[in-house]
Amino acid sequence: MTYFPRRNFLKRTALTAALTAAGGFGAFISLPGRAAEWPKEAFASRKLAEAIAALFGTAQMTSSAAVALKAPAQAENSAQVQFQVSTDLSNVEAIAIFVEKNPGPLIAHASFTGSAAYFSARMKMAETSDVYAVVKSGGKLYMTKQNIKVTVGGCGG
Amino acid sequence: MASDKQTQIRTRTRDGVTDVLVLVNHPMETGLRTDPKTKEKVPPHFIQKMTFYLNGKEVLSASLGPGVSKDPLVGIKLKRAKSGDKIKVIWSDNKGESGSEEATIN
Repeated sequence: MTYFPRRNFLKRTALTAALTAAGGFGAFISLPGRAAEWPKEAFASRKLAEAIAALFGTAQMTSSAAVALKAPAQAENSAQVQFQVSTDLSNVEAIAIFVEKNPGPLIAHASFTGSAAYFSARMKMAETSDVYAVVKSGGKLYMTKQNIKVTVGGCGG
Repeated sequence: MASDKQTQIRTRTRDGVTDVLVLVNHPMETGLRTDPKTKEKVPPHFIQKMTFYLNGKEVLSASLGPGVSKDPLVGIKLKRAKSGDKIKVIWSDNKGESGSEEATIN
């Protein structure tokens, strides 16, 4: 019967069209959303490498002296640890800060569309930990880390 | 939903670089803490987005997690900002509350 192949062909074409439309639409939604939306998955990650990968799409980083993290060597108050991240790198797209041993390592992420490559805030620290400042510049990740000593816990009380 | 939480902006320009400091009165609850009286978990309540605008144009968009300290004090720097320029910050939290504040760079 000549009728069958044609029907199959039509079915397949319709399916392909539907999939393409769905895929295209999906990409359309997720692309602009990535920068503007709160990165839920990255904040929910419990491990440092997972959080970095969820945020940037890769956990591959280069240690760089051009990334500066200013923070105390020992936290006087672990619920209020001041940090400043700045960098001499050019074309800086984003800065993120992570505390390796916090329940959720990602503290904050800033993406730049006009301000200088600098971000400061205060963070909570659960225990003594390495703190990572990660800078995305020209599509690559650069980082510096510093150990901050905590004597009394700041997370969870 | 507008919030009753206070938002303040402080700016200072030195050598062509403007420091912008934003302070929001916000509990930044992690959801991990237990209320010492009721022995119940305190639900998470924290700022998620904080966006900065210079003369109406977005210059920085920050995502914050519950690891940011209570009453967040967030600092950014602007190059080539002029006296009289308007800086605006808008924030929103995980419960849908939001707040904003505007200041003029002097």
